[in-house]
Amino acid sequence: MSDLTAFNTVPTAVGAKPSPRGAAVAGHPLVQLTLVRFREFLREPEAMFWVFVFPILLAAGLGVAFRNRPPDVLKIAAVTPEMTRSLHQEKLLDVQELSPAAAEDALRTGKVALLVQPGPNGTAEYRYDDTNPEGRAARLLADRAVQQAAGRVDPVASTDSLMREPGSRYIDFLIPGLLGMNLMGSAIWGLGFAIVDARRKKLMKRLIATPMPRHYYLLSFVLSRLLLLVIEVGALLGFGALVFQVPLRGSLLVLATLCILGSLAFSALGLLIASRVQTIEAASGLMNLVMLPMWIVSGVFFSAQRFPDVIQPVIKALPLTAAIDALRANMLQGAGFAQIGSELGILAAWLVVSFTLALSLFRWR
Amino acid sequence: MIDRDSRDTGRVAESVSPVALRLRNLRKAYKDVVAVDAIDLEVRAGECFGLLGPNGAGKTTTMEICEGLTAADSGDVALLGMHWNSDAAELRQRLGIQLQETQLAEKLTVLETVALFRSFFRHGPETSEVIAQVQLGEKRNSRVGGLSGGQKQRLALACALVGDPDFLFLDEPTTGLDPQARRQLWDLIEQFKAAGRTILLTTHYMDEAERLCDRVAIMDHGRIIALGTPRELIASIGVEHVVEFSAGHAAQQPDVSAMRQMEGVRDVRTENGNILLHVTQLHQAVPSLLRELNRQGVPLTELRTHSATLEDVFVTLTGRHLRDE
Repeated sequence: MSDLTAFNTVPTAVGAKPSPRGAAVAGHPLVQLTLVRFREFLREPEAMFWVFVFPILLAAGLGVAFRNRPPDVLKIAAVTPEMTRSLHQEKLLDVQELSPAAAEDALRTGKVALLVQPGPNGTAEYRYDDTNPEGRAARLLADRAVQQAAGRVDPVASTDSLMREPGSRYIDFLIPGLLGMNLMGSAIWGLGFAIVDARRKKLMKRLIATPMPRHYYLLSFVLSRLLLLVIEVGALLGFGALVFQVPLRGSLLVLATLCILGSLAFSALGLLIASRVQTIEAASGLMNLVMLPMWIVSGVFFSAQRFPDVIQPVIKALPLTAAIDALRANMLQGAGFAQIGSELGILAAWLVVSFTLALSLFRWR
Repeated sequence: MIDRDSRDTGRVAESVSPVALRLRNLRKAYKDVVAVDAIDLEVRAGECFGLLGPNGAGKTTTMEICEGLTAADSGDVALLGMHWNSDAAELRQRLGIQLQETQLAEKLTVLETVALFRSFFRHGPETSEVIAQVQLGEKRNSRVGGLSGGQKQRLALACALVGDPDFLFLDEPTTGLDPQARRQLWDLIEQFKAAGRTILLTTHYMDEAERLCDRVAIMDHGRIIALGTPRELIASIGVEHVVEFSAGHAAQQPDVSAMRQMEGVRDVRTENGNILLHVTQLHQAVPSLLRELNRQGVPLTELRTHSATLEDVFVTLTGRHLRDE
């Protein structure tokens, strides 16, 4: 035993130097580990595409496809110049003056929705298909124009107040949905793949053979995720606000809290998924198994209310549903902490349960 | 915790190096395989000690138990006078470890990788110093993914050196490398030896063990079957040279029993159609062999001789080759 304790008197190997104190911050293991996460992410073009570019492309594509069009103008035909002139007063009608034969032909082939022709004794005759809504609408508009041109005065004066405000369009519904989906995807993919890859390559085993505090390794994922979150959320919301004037009616503090809590909850879920998996293929399958149902039922692209009432409680308890519902309430209705309390609670519960389970299941090798 | 400064001031001159690593009755079994079977071992400070054996002999398991990565079923590990169950944090600071299958992050540069590992240790040289030491200075800003096998292995070595370790574990440091890269790595390891570091390395290359190791333990099936300096081990089989010859496809195979009686021949064995003579006196055995073959009328198609190696020690002890498995 004496020679074992005497080992502490062995000369130090040549070249040992205490590290300079100034380099303490840059040389802190947590800073280094977080930098590694950043570098690996930034040097992976595919990851950059899926996290930053893809949600914006999706928002742009869907925003254009489902944009609100100006009200349709109905095409009708008239056979006399006087009638054509009086019908022109109605802005929602596009009137063509045609010969009776040509007008008849246009009506039959559906090129016009309505044909206005003079009837016996100065009356007006409307010819249209009453099973076609366009025909019925054109009939009402044309009749109003004809009557007003002939001098009718409405007994009740009316004005139109048009409702085309931002906030109730499809793109307004979509952007919070895409944001929620992005929070989930980047956290689960980002953490899951990186952890399984490091385990598969035995890099994790090599790291735990150093004095690295193990919680720093996990913490570096959280830190890099939160920093990237600023860019991710900023890019998507900025795009929505600039291109589609998607409103941000709630407080930004609530929005930021929501994004951070959501990202943490999904990160914990990613950690849980990756806690034991040894291969990228298995991890990939498991992640899709977890995320795919939420993409469908959690209301990313259409309201989760469309699913039967029986399963609504289950849908409501999913983290993506909670995140998206709260994001919509905050962005579109200006909801504060009080109104989205239950959603925040659901996210916090997912965070705590997933993280606790992940820590007890986690394998370093 | 013992810090480096107090150790240095308490230094006394020692004529005999203290024991840096002591294993007592170490056992480890996986399901139905006994990987390590009651191993006792001592590695002295400043020594380069080799664990030599075929794949599956238990070298890596033994090493990982010493490194605190695998728990032994029973037995005791004393490393630098400390134990894993009570001094893990301090031990981690003082060990340099290179694992067999680690793939470092491909997207990072050499410098970034070394800086990451350096950040985990309290004391140690500058990153640039370590990079220069393993001759990767010109590659410092290259991505790890673009390095050759030898360069990757030297980077792994750099990561093991960043904490200025008192004890260096190298698990098959040259496996899979081309001869030139192996020699380059050997030169580096010899520099660490010269700097007085204690090294435990595993290998299944006998030439590597002979060149680098002060002492060698030959392992097979979880046990140490021979222990000593390479020279002692080779001497222990009582053979200095091996003569290998082949009679080609001659109809008449030589009569081996007559050769056993020749002067200076210790053993005769056949292997893949070749005949191997273990001899002590090469200058006597070869002429006798030629005379004997001539007498028997057997044509000689091939004749080779080499000095006995650790490989011959292993073959003598187990009847198998190191690389068979």
